[in-house]
Amino acid sequence: MPATTGEAVHLVLNIFGILLAAVVAAALLTWVERRLLGFWQDRPGPNRVGPFGLLQVVADMLKLFFKEDFLPRFADIPVFVLAPVIVMAAMLLGFAVIPFAPHIGVIDLNIGLLFFFAMSAMAVYSVVLGAYASNNKYALLGGLRAAAQTVSYEVFMGLSLMGVVMLAGSFDLRTIVLAQRDGWFILPQFLGFAIFLIAGIAESHRLPFDLPEAEHELTAGFHTEYSGMKFGMFFVGEYLSILLISSLITTLFLGGWLGPWLPPLVWFLLKMSLLVALFILLRGALPRPRYDQLMSFGWKWMLPLALLNLLVTGGLLLWRG
Amino acid sequence: MISSLLRSLWLVFRHLFRRNVTVQYPDEQPYLPPRYRGRIVLTRDPDGDERCVACNLCAVACPPDCISLQKTEDEDGRWRPEFFRINFSRCIMCGLCEDACPTYAIQLTPDFEMSEYDRQNMVYEKEDLLINGPGKYHEYSFYRVAGKAIAGKGKGQGLNEKKPVDLHDLNL
Ligand code: SF4
Ligand code: SF4
Repeated sequence: MPATTGEAVHLVLNIFGILLAAVVAAALLTWVERRLLGFWQDRPGPNRVGPFGLLQVVADMLKLFFKEDFLPRFADIPVFVLAPVIVMAAMLLGFAVIPFAPHIGVIDLNIGLLFFFAMSAMAVYSVVLGAYASNNKYALLGGLRAAAQTVSYEVFMGLSLMGVVMLAGSFDLRTIVLAQRDGWFILPQFLGFAIFLIAGIAESHRLPFDLPEAEHELTAGFHTEYSGMKFGMFFVGEYLSILLISSLITTLFLGGWLGPWLPPLVWFLLKMSLLVALFILLRGALPRPRYDQLMSFGWKWMLPLALLNLLVTGGLLLWRG
Repeated sequence: MISSLLRSLWLVFRHLFRRNVTVQYPDEQPYLPPRYRGRIVLTRDPDGDERCVACNLCAVACPPDCISLQKTEDEDGRWRPEFFRINFSRCIMCGLCEDACPTYAIQLTPDFEMSEYDRQNMVYEKEDLLINGPGKYHEYSFYRVAGKAIAGKGKGQGLNEKKPVDLHDLNL
C-alpha cells in the first residue's frame, strides 16, 4: 500500500506512463521494423506518410479500425473475441515487473521473474484459443505448432535464467540489476544469454521461429480468420512481446539501467533498442527451420545446454563458497 | 552452422550502409530510353499526312486483341483508317503492333502515366492517338516508296521503284 499521496501519484504515473509507452512503442515498432527491413534490403521502406513515414503507424491504425470486423459464422464467438485480448493483456502485465530505471517501474515483486514466466505462458493460451475458436484447419495447425513450440521452449527458457538467479541470489528483477554493478551477467552467463535469446524469439513467434504463423504454408497460421482490430491486437501483442523480451534481456544480462554518464532510463532504452534491432535483423537474415528441426533443436541442443549451464554455474558458485 | 548464421546476419547488416536502389517515383522521374514501350501514338509522314494505311497488321499481331480499326479509301486512292481504337486497359505494351506495322505509323513512346478513374476513358480513339509528327522515323513516307498507285503518282514512279514490266518486252 502506498503510504502517502505523493507515492500514490508516483505509482499511478508509473503505471499509466509505462502502459502508454509500451503500447505506443509497440505501434511505432511496426514502422521501425519495416524501415529497418527496408534498409537491409536496399530500399527505403515506408517513408511517405508524415516525416520519415512516421505517421504510417497512424494510417495503419485508421485502416484497421475502419476495416470490417468480421466474425466467422463457424467460429466459437466468445473465445474468438477473448483470444486477442489475452495476448495483449498478458504482455502488458509482463511489463509491470520490469525495472526501467531506479524510480521507474510498477512493482518490485520478489518473484518478478516467475511472474514474467507466468505471463508469457498465459500468452500461449491466446494463440491456442484463438486458433481453436477460429474453427479453421490452418489456424488449428498454427495453434498446434504454437502450443508445442512454446511449451518446449518455455522449459529451457526458465532453466537458462537460473544461472542469473543464482548469481544474483534473487528472483527480484531490481535486485538482479543491482547485482550487476561490478559486471554485466552477459559475460559469466553468455550461454544463458544465448539460450534465453533463442527461447525469447521462439516465445514471441518471431522469424526465424514463426512457425505458428508461417505465412508460406499456413496462410497466416493461428490468426488466419482474424481481421480488423482483433488482428491488430495480435499484431501489437507480438511487438509487445518483442519489447518485453528485449527489456528482460536488458535487465537480466546487460545490466538494466546501469551505465556511465547517460541518465539511467536512456541507458535502458538504448540497450533495449539495440536488442530490438537484433530481433529485426534476425528476421531479415535467417530462414525458417522446419517444424521437426525446431523441436529437435529445442530438446536435443538447447535443453542439455541450459542444464549444463545450470550445473557449471552452480558448481562454480559452490566451489568459490 | 552457427558461423554461417552469423555470416548471413553480418552480410545483411552491412546493407544498412548501402545506397537504396529505389527510384522514388513521383518525386524522382526515372530515365526512360527513347525506345521505351509506353503509350502508343499514330504518327504522320513528313508531309503531315497520316501514315496508317489501315492494313490491320497491328490488330492481327496484338496478343490481347486491343486494336480495332476500319479501313476507308480516299478519292486519290490512299487507304486510311476510318476509326482507329486502342483499348489501353487491355494493352500489355508488348510493342508487337509497332513491329508489325509496315509504315511506321504506330509507335510506342516513353510515357506510361495514363491512369484513369473510369475504365471507359482508357479507350483511345484516333484523335487521341494521332500526333503531329513523324515519331522516331523522320524521313519515311510510305506512299513515296511504295508501289501503290495514288493520284499524282503512277505505277513505277515511287522512290527506287523499277518501271512495271511491259508484257510486250517479254518475248514469250
Ligand atoms: S503494344 Fe502489344 S498489346 Fe498493345 S496494342 Fe500493341 S500489340 Fe497490342
Ligand atoms: S498502324 Fe500500321 S499496322 Fe496498324 S493498320 Fe495502320 S498501317 Fe497497318
